[in-house]
Amino acid sequence: MTSAAHTAPANEQTYDVHRIKADFPILAQQVHGHPLVYLDNAATTQKPRAVISALEHYYAADNANIHRGVHELSGRATKQYEEARAAVRAFLNAADDREIIFVRGATEGINLVADSFGRSFRAGDEIIVSTMEHHSNIVPWQMLCERSGAVLKVVPIDDDGEFLMDEYEKLLSPRTRMVGIVHQSNSLGTVNPVKETIARAHAAGARVLVDGAQAAPHQRLDVRALDTDFYVLSGHKMYGPTGIGVLYGKRELLESMPPYQGGGDMILSVSFEKTVYNKLPYKFEAGTPHIAGPIGLKAAIDYMQAVGLERIAAHEHELLAYGCELLAEIPGLRMIGTAAVRSSVLSFVLEGIHPHDIGTILDREGIAIRTGHHCAQPVMARYGVPATARASLAMYNSRSDVEALARGLRKTIEVFS
Amino acid sequence: MDDLRDLYQEVILDHGKHPRNFRKAPAANRTAHGYNPLCGDQVEIFLELDEGGVVKDICFQGSGCAISTASTSMMTQALKGKTLAQARALFEEFHALITGTGEPDPEKLGKLAVFSGVREFPNRAKCATLAWHTMCAALENRAEPVSTE
Repeated sequence: MTSAAHTAPANEQTYDVHRIKADFPILAQQVHGHPLVYLDNAATTQKPRAVISALEHYYAADNANIHRGVHELSGRATKQYEEARAAVRAFLNAADDREIIFVRGATEGINLVADSFGRSFRAGDEIIVSTMEHHSNIVPWQMLCERSGAVLKVVPIDDDGEFLMDEYEKLLSPRTRMVGIVHQSNSLGTVNPVKETIARAHAAGARVLVDGAQAAPHQRLDVRALDTDFYVLSGHKMYGPTGIGVLYGKRELLESMPPYQGGGDMILSVSFEKTVYNKLPYKFEAGTPHIAGPIGLKAAIDYMQAVGLERIAAHEHELLAYGCELLAEIPGLRMIGTAAVRSSVLSFVLEGIHPHDIGTILDREGIAIRTGHHCAQPVMARYGVPATARASLAMYNSRSDVEALARGLRKTIEVFS
Repeated sequence: MDDLRDLYQEVILDHGKHPRNFRKAPAANRTAHGYNPLCGDQVEIFLELDEGGVVKDICFQGSGCAISTASTSMMTQALKGKTLAQARALFEEFHALITGTGEPDPEKLGKLAVFSGVREFPNRAKCATLAWHTMCAALENRAEPVSTE
């Protein structure tokens, strides 16, 4: 297969944000008469042309069902689907392609683990999550507690939005079966000390699932260095398509777990007397998967790696600091989430102005931010606010984008004065 | 900017900052909760209907954006002294105004016509109508909270 048209990203020496931006066709538009300033990347990122082209090329040239046909197209589709698995394995630095399960998104990955790994949980078992989890890393565990009689314990956070390691240590016990922790908070930007969290869980005999949906586009990941048991990714938050996500699990754990869903592809043989389940990773991929999804996700990973994960992180880090500086000068603005180690998220409230109204006024300036509870209502409750306004950064955002945000906020204050 | 000014008219900003009838009604005999799960807006409407089915008192508590707070505040002013049937009829007029369906009657709407700018902001329609849906639930004494979703 000839690879779809890839635009060469910026060169090695300088981080050419304008050239990167030009690789994302959607960003070259006007919204309400202003150039689009897209700062809602924690909700979903935009897609580079390379990803769009990969999807188009797949459907235009190679579409067929995988793992079954003897014909040419099926072979091509299967090859690309499995190449994508290898690309994700490399991206996560996992040991084995069989540890990479394609799912619909991070949410489905967590549900898979809660359902399958959680099937052995019993009354009295304990599950620990943090206050700053996205609802997707709370509700599946609550559902498991309802089914099994297990108990959910919550690690508090401090006023800066930092995970309280000492409080976590107190919650760990021989009853702890699972710890669910977000790598980077979507509502606060806090980057959690997951390596230490995992080591302490392991010392207590518990397993850990890390929600990496927000971390993946902002830092280099290494599941073996973390020694995490499970790690989940969301394709659309890392420049890939919606509807595709990844569950990484240690092979011995995945081997021991019962299937999540039954159907085609996840079996070796079926009879009414006995059905034999397929081996990893297919045991967890029932039915025809979203074949184009991993193919698009691989194109996104290739793109990020061509730009350079460290260079993206450095650029975003600098931009976050600049944004904090600009927002600190806005009268009546309070940052929500001021952890020492954080990334890509500017979450805030303005005195006397509801986030929803901020969102509408910024939108008329062509600036897209998220307003609301960010699917993290316990975080809102922790800070005593019904909602926040959140600007979140990606590799294509520039200093002029955060300057536009600051201008828009001053205008918001003007409208409300 | 013009459509922003149409949306955030002075009277709306004033009611958003200084909502009227923002209290509990000790003698309320009809109440209902409203909730917008998308933005977190919450409102509780307290109604006191007299024996003749006339709104003797109406007030509210809760938290929300400028549009939803102003809409609730102005609704309470508009409904005081109205009969059940008049309250429902006004809901229909207001709904038509916000959604741009039908022909709202400016005379019936009175001051509420300032919300006409919401039509240009369809994703804010629920902010403006949450209180009204909640009021209808209160009139019917519905126990379950009203959700915009």
